[in-house]
Amino acid sequence: MADETLDPMVQFLTPEGHYAPSASAEEFLPYFQRLTEADHRKFYRDMVVIRRFDTEATNLQRQGQLALWVPSHGQEGAQVGSAHATKKQDHIFPAYREHAIGMIRGIDVLEIIRVLRGLTHGGWDPTLPEHGNFHIYTLVIGSQALHATGYGMGIKFDGATNTGNPDTDQAVIVYFGDGASSQGDVSEALVFAASYQTPQVFFVQNNHWAISVPVSTQARVPLYKRGEGFGIPGVQVDGNDVFASYAVTAKQLDDARSGKGPSLIEAHTYRIGAHTSSDDPTKYRTDAELESWIARDPITRMEAFLRNSGAPQSFFDEVHQEAADFANDIRRRTVDLKNPEPASMFNHVYTDPHPLMDEQSAWLANYEASFDEQGGGH
Amino acid sequence: MAIENLPLGKAINLGLRQAMLNDPKVILMGEDIGTLGGVFRVTEGLKNEFGADRVLDTPLAESGIVGSAIGLAMRGYRPVIEIQFNGFVYPAFDQITSQLAKLTNRHEGAMQFPVVIRIPYGGHIGAVEHHQESNEAYFLHTAGLRVVSPSNPHDAYWMIQEAIASNDPVIFFEPMSRYWPKADVDTSASNFPLHASRVVRPGNDVTVIGHGAMVSVLLQAAEVAATEGMSLEVIDVRSLSPIDYAPILESVRRTGRCVIAQEAPGNVSLASELAASITEKCFYSLEAPVLRVTGFDTPFPPAKLEAIYLPDSDRVLDAVDRVLSY
Repeated sequence: MADETLDPMVQFLTPEGHYAPSASAEEFLPYFQRLTEADHRKFYRDMVVIRRFDTEATNLQRQGQLALWVPSHGQEGAQVGSAHATKKQDHIFPAYREHAIGMIRGIDVLEIIRVLRGLTHGGWDPTLPEHGNFHIYTLVIGSQALHATGYGMGIKFDGATNTGNPDTDQAVIVYFGDGASSQGDVSEALVFAASYQTPQVFFVQNNHWAISVPVSTQARVPLYKRGEGFGIPGVQVDGNDVFASYAVTAKQLDDARSGKGPSLIEAHTYRIGAHTSSDDPTKYRTDAELESWIARDPITRMEAFLRNSGAPQSFFDEVHQEAADFANDIRRRTVDLKNPEPASMFNHVYTDPHPLMDEQSAWLANYEASFDEQGGGH
Repeated sequence: MAIENLPLGKAINLGLRQAMLNDPKVILMGEDIGTLGGVFRVTEGLKNEFGADRVLDTPLAESGIVGSAIGLAMRGYRPVIEIQFNGFVYPAFDQITSQLAKLTNRHEGAMQFPVVIRIPYGGHIGAVEHHQESNEAYFLHTAGLRVVSPSNPHDAYWMIQEAIASNDPVIFFEPMSRYWPKADVDTSASNFPLHASRVVRPGNDVTVIGHGAMVSVLLQAAEVAATEGMSLEVIDVRSLSPIDYAPILESVRRTGRCVIAQEAPGNVSLASELAASITEKCFYSLEAPVLRVTGFDTPFPPAKLEAIYLPDSDRVLDAVDRVLSY
């Protein structure tokens, strides 16, 4: 829980959707004010579409089409706001629940489905320009924090940041959760980021549960203060307020690009769904807690704001139709996905030629062919 | 021909320098490697020559070093990491085995990770715990890694440059006890590619195989054996993963007898893999079982016991006698 007695969270919208910036929101106000009505609607649309996608993927898993699903339900505000705050040239290092961010950066979220259907370990090529420098998911908790930091060191060594040109200066943003904050790699990433003053934002989505272990077991001080001992300033934001997530991330990334070094953002949010489709959250958390967070849902909050701002019903109807079409398209393409060829497991284990790969792929091909020769396959 | 008489540590230093001159994306990372030049002085002088942005005195955190090197590789750099001592590599185990080793595969080839991890290893230096292990087997077992170990200064000079040029991650094991003895280095040409094993002393009666510091033990054993009328063929494995089997199998088919020696514990080790493969592929040529001479399956003992723990030429010759008794 946010400790309001320390530093109030940055918030622009109350849970009821009223515009009422908190005192701490003041320095981020210009970032909110530059948003247009079209931006507001885009944020809402993205949140609705990705939630519908998430629901569809959960259904696909229940129907045996996916081995596993990792729901993002409830965290759309933190993700959509921060993703829109990134610039084209920035690099994004996600954990494995950042579906909205991937969609906004340009990946086809069917690629995430491919990973969780068991067709690939990676999914998309982050080097392709259309993929928005959205790096692949990392399943070992917190390991990607160091990759992001190393990438940031490279940006700095290349002189590709802090040149004064906001359209080309680069930054990195790494996403992880409250559970990952306990990992040594995250602490080591904070050490290296501070040492080398990387152009970097550490974005903690505090969804309050690391599977079954509450954040109170991970930390006795608020997570946004975790960076202070490393020399990395932190700010806490209402992660279910998409505007707050956007404005704070945009400012911290601007600071990173202009040579002010790394910073840390703690976004307070909640995993409404299960940790994964294999999890049963009723075993460890109460209905009352869940209900209290549903009352702070990022989408209903934004919907209230938009209705108060005069958005017509036709807009909401269009968004919901678009989300339904999006989900239907995902379903159709998921069931059409083809299994990988057996020989593909030997590909890209090494970049340069390797005798064991040659030998074993040849053996497998012969073995498979031997069944054909016996007539009838297997 | 350009021959220099150098110790192995200095040969690696010159090899690193040459690689850095050849490619501005080659950077060095590690603990105490810059201003101090490394605890073994292998990187001595390189920070002065190339600057603090290419020779990084990193914070003291092995996982941090390897993990950030992965990010630098994504950015197009070719990081060369020094792990200060063998037993200090384990904090980086996830970043090496689950990240570095698998990331090219995970990216389906879209990214390469040309990271070299130098690890000084092995006994004979009277060190405290965690400073004398031969822990190469952990890395041999991991798909996506290449693992090599030079036994002499000439190989060290060339193999470090070839490892840096590799587009795959390479674990580069440096035999600490061989850092100081000098030998000739031909800086004009490498005779063997990175992943070649090689016959370092021809012979007819028994094939003896080893890597790193063990090669000099095998050469001593061959000298002694020669005085007793036995001819040992000594093979330096050089590349532990992948293994270049052709010279090894050719030799064993000719001698019919084979002894494999290493400092590392024997259980599930390079020697185990070699023995199994040689037995499988040379079955009809073998006159005796393939024998392994290894460290014991204990923790590396305190320094005053290391001479008992580490296989010496007598233990190698004992095994040679046994394979000749069949």
